[in-house]
Amino acid sequence: MTEPISVTALNRYVKQLLDRDEVLSRVLVRSEISNYKMYPSGHHYFSLKDAESSIRCVMFRREALSLRFRPENGMKVIVSGRVSVFPRDGAYQLYCDTMVPDGVGDLAAAFEQLKNRLHREGLFDPAHKKPIPPYPKTIALVTSPAGAAVRDMIRILGERWPLTKVLVVPVRVQGEEAPGEIAQALDLVNACQAAELIITGRGGGSMEDLWAFNDEEVARAIWRSQIPVISAVGHEPDVTIADFVADLRASTPSNAAELAVPDREELGENLGHLSARLEKTMDRTLRLHREQLTRLGSSPHLRSPLRPIQDKRFLLDYQQRRLHHSGERLLGDAQQRLGRIAASLDALSPFRVLSRGYSIAQNEDGAVLSTIDQVTVGDSLRVRLSDGTLTCTAQGKEKHT
Amino acid sequence: MTEKKLTFEEAAARLEKIVAQLEAGEQPLEQSLALYEEGAKLMKQCTALLDEAEQRVMKLHLDQTGALEEVPFAPKE
Repeated sequence: MTEPISVTALNRYVKQLLDRDEVLSRVLVRSEISNYKMYPSGHHYFSLKDAESSIRCVMFRREALSLRFRPENGMKVIVSGRVSVFPRDGAYQLYCDTMVPDGVGDLAAAFEQLKNRLHREGLFDPAHKKPIPPYPKTIALVTSPAGAAVRDMIRILGERWPLTKVLVVPVRVQGEEAPGEIAQALDLVNACQAAELIITGRGGGSMEDLWAFNDEEVARAIWRSQIPVISAVGHEPDVTIADFVADLRASTPSNAAELAVPDREELGENLGHLSARLEKTMDRTLRLHREQLTRLGSSPHLRSPLRPIQDKRFLLDYQQRRLHHSGERLLGDAQQRLGRIAASLDALSPFRVLSRGYSIAQNEDGAVLSTIDQVTVGDSLRVRLSDGTLTCTAQGKEKHT
Repeated sequence: MTEKKLTFEEAAARLEKIVAQLEAGEQPLEQSLALYEEGAKLMKQCTALLDEAEQRVMKLHLDQTGALEEVPFAPKE
């Protein structure tokens, strides 16, 4: 024996041992519930027992939220979870992840098994889920062409968004052939790129009726689909494997139709808001421009547009007056100068000398004579004195030397 | 009009953009008026698309030769 150890250390050792075990990390147990208690914390405590044995179980609040039924003492269930140790009590117990009623026997067990397997494989990975297109041009309904489900979907799609074309891809939705047909239809729609969105599902029924949507072949076809898939199986509480793999789970076929397309009423309302915004902003723009116009209009230039012209006219008048004045002055100067010139001209006038005893001789043609050579004896001459003209005859000529 | 026919989605997106642009108010008046006119037209188009659309329901059908065809479909009451 080695050194003694504490209970805590011992329990911790056992816990580590159990936690490392592959089998215990994920077990499926079919049993009956006893000592069931739900605490105000939301955690569920109970035992699972059969004729010989029992095990203490806990289902924490987070997992318990996904319970679709209320567990009761004596109820047969299938529970999945892991076995570990509660160190305080040194007791091992089953920590439950899921619990389904065992009413359908093997189906439920198969469901859980397939679910766990596909889950581990990553088929439910949220990262793989494709977004649903907001305005799909065509939606393929992979479902039965008969019955309420297809009718409801077509009606709701038409009411909400008639712009979307509906393409029914008829398949059987129950029976042995159903899974193969559904999977093939999903592949076919993908191969022809026949739609932008697929809804696959059926109306409500028993667990057996819905079973095609718990089929692995269908699950894998949904997973492979490049086109987003909405699952729409049964009623609200029914959950199928298809729901986990699908890009979006609808609770019913009608709900799928609602999720698949926008509502024109709603969009009409949005359009109304948009229209109001359009009008409002345009009003505002126009008002701003009008105000700007008014502001500009109140400027003196626009209020009395003739003002600049008047101003210019004043200037013109002023300059005209100045021109006029300078013109007058120039004229005066010129007149004075003219007077002076006239005076000196007067002084130089030959007629002025006549009064001093000079005279001007002209021949009969009026030409002024300055030399006797212009005259022949006997010519008639006109002699101008200061107060008149004499008519004479040249009686002889004598040249001065 | 020589414009191509817009889908509702495109028309609504363009309309949103026009309203935002007008609300930002950074363009000259003349352009604002042109945008407004376009917006009003788009609004009419969108409304008409919503009001006048008729749902088309088809069924994928394998004919005798094994070829796929789409045939009109009406669910039975």
